[in-house]
Amino acid sequence: MFTSVDDVSARLAETGYLASPAVATTVFLAARLGKPLLVEGPAGVGKTELAKAVAQVAAARLVRLQCYEGVDESRALYEWNHAKQLLRISAGRDESWDETRTDIFSEEFLLPRPLLTAIRGDEPTVLLVDETDKADIEMEGLLLEVLSDFQITVPELGTVTATRRPFVVLTSNAGRELSEALRRRCLFLHIGFPEEELERRIVRLKVPGLGQALTESVVRVVGALRAMDLRKAPSVAETVDWAHTLLALGAGTLDETVVRDTLGVILKHQDDIQKAAAKLDLDAL
Amino acid sequence: MTAVADRITGLAGALRAHGVRIGTGETVDAARAVEALGLADRELLREGLAATLLHGPGQRALFDSVFDLYFPRGVGGPRETPGDREDLRDRLARALAEDDRALMGRLAAEAVDGLGGYGSSPGSDGWSAYQTLDRLRPQTLLARVRADVRGRDGNGAGFTDRLLDDEIRRRIEEFRRLVGAEARRRVAERRGRDEIARRGVRPTADRVDFLFANRDQLAELRRTVAPLARKLATRLAARRRRAARGTVDLRRTLRSSLSTGGVPMRPVLRRRRPVRPELVLLCDVSGSVSGFSDFTMLLVQALHDQFGKVRVFAFVNRLDEVTGLLDHGRADPDGLGARIRAEATLTGWHGSSDYGVALGEFAERYGGAVGPRTTVFVLGDARTNMSDPNLAAVREVARRARRVYWLNPEPHAQWGTGDSAAPAYADLVEMHECRTARQLGALIARLLPV
Repeated sequence: MFTSVDDVSARLAETGYLASPAVATTVFLAARLGKPLLVEGPAGVGKTELAKAVAQVAAARLVRLQCYEGVDESRALYEWNHAKQLLRISAGRDESWDETRTDIFSEEFLLPRPLLTAIRGDEPTVLLVDETDKADIEMEGLLLEVLSDFQITVPELGTVTATRRPFVVLTSNAGRELSEALRRRCLFLHIGFPEEELERRIVRLKVPGLGQALTESVVRVVGALRAMDLRKAPSVAETVDWAHTLLALGAGTLDETVVRDTLGVILKHQDDIQKAAAKLDLDAL
Repeated sequence: MTAVADRITGLAGALRAHGVRIGTGETVDAARAVEALGLADRELLREGLAATLLHGPGQRALFDSVFDLYFPRGVGGPRETPGDREDLRDRLARALAEDDRALMGRLAAEAVDGLGGYGSSPGSDGWSAYQTLDRLRPQTLLARVRADVRGRDGNGAGFTDRLLDDEIRRRIEEFRRLVGAEARRRVAERRGRDEIARRGVRPTADRVDFLFANRDQLAELRRTVAPLARKLATRLAARRRRAARGTVDLRRTLRSSLSTGGVPMRPVLRRRRPVRPELVLLCDVSGSVSGFSDFTMLLVQALHDQFGKVRVFAFVNRLDEVTGLLDHGRADPDGLGARIRAEATLTGWHGSSDYGVALGEFAERYGGAVGPRTTVFVLGDARTNMSDPNLAAVREVARRARRVYWLNPEPHAQWGTGDSAAPAYADLVEMHECRTARQLGALIARLLPV
């Protein structure tokens, strides 16, 4: 899929995803070793975006399994189309039982869900299992077979093995501790907040209208806010939002009034805003 | 390739010695990663090995230190003859002003080489990061770097100027870390890599001894409270689910068997009534054990939704309730200890801890807080400063409570030495050694009522 780590960075950059060396290296290894990639990190640093960018680069189909509390086999793997099966049975009244029985458990009546879809396809596929930590523990057990052997067992049909291994990305916000078994089947990647230089490039790419000096100031202020130990530190998404806001307001430089008025864009808790205002020496809010 | 293979297995071994769980599969993956990435770029190699060997974000700092030992930037001292101290300071000031990481790394190597050696020459017996930093004093460069940066960017008019000091401090901190890594590398060359990797590298935060943790480590520990609480909550929920399936209720099974002619066709299971366990925490917050108490209080507070009621009491030689101070949202973890000591009445007459008086006061004033559904945790080293341990009060609390556990941050071997009344208390209530966050996590998962 990729020839080198630089190749990964360059091609991801073409799609508008600027990858840090850690991200590029891990993506390269995941493709080379054929192992799933477990991505953790705070909200808004581009975990899901990474999967989308990889899919775009590899000209692959993106199959997405959004996890939530209570997601189960029939939502993740496959389901039999009961209504259609019933119709089939009533349509062929004069058939013998043996014919009917083998018939209704065939591919035609199978509703493939994301995991099965990703495994069965012949074209290159990127499977994104989003917010894995939201799913219940039982769901992890289900993922194990898929992730280690890239196969799924359907009792009535037999075992479906991937003809072409999908590139698997699992994301997690660390809302729940994922099991050790799942972790050791994956390459682990923690995407933290980017280095200043990278963040400047991201802002420049996403908000090209913002001036050079202002971009630099924005990134520096966000960096200072992250060092403050707030309840919710601003993420890359917030930085970009803030840059958009400043552009819309037509602010030429950062000054106290502008920062005070727009602090709500980057900080989402009232006590965070107060703490930041105090530390940044903004006058009373 | 065998030399590289040895390095990788050595690295994995050192990480295992620090409690990172790495199986053979991961080591093989790491080797395959090295094969795919080549050895040309050290940073790529670092990321590749981290991706294959690690499973969680908490181990990264440890990994970086160990990696620096097994895949060092270079061998021996820097090629240039090191300049004197003033020259180094000049160049460091420039590197800090420009935030030039590569130059800072080179300067760290030169500084350790020039200033950090001790023992007999030629060469030296060892390299000390402490001595290097003590002679170089990078922290005193702050004003100079600030003036330098301001001079370059035009006289500090902008809004971001107020951030400058903190930014420079962070860069200096980074330089100190580089010096530490460099000194370890030089020592490792002399004394053998494996030994230094096992002893010289700072353990992950959850394995630091509470009693010896410094301020930074305690701050780092506090940041692990939330993840640890989540982990424990998951574990408790699993235990609760298992416990919900009760044992066979013989009386009701026989009763229902009457309808099938006395044959017990269907066993009736005893249903567990969901009780909401209550928790009482008695914390010694005197200087010696305050790090341990603060951490535990925060952890219990983070777990508060698992319990019907949590009440927290703090004492030194007098006892006061501090539940209100731990309220969610209000709790600023860093200032917690100071706030407790400022707002609660914890001392009278003198400032050293007195378990006897404090426990007596608890039994007398807050006896009502303890009922048959309450689990009591006492946190402290049981060092009573030679005063009466007041065993009667403990006996009274133990009689009323469902369970009483004592968590002692001292190693088991030291119980009963000096003024410690640990063995006397251990006779009455269950006492556990609890020296690190890891031990605490394991104990809480095991002891907490379901």
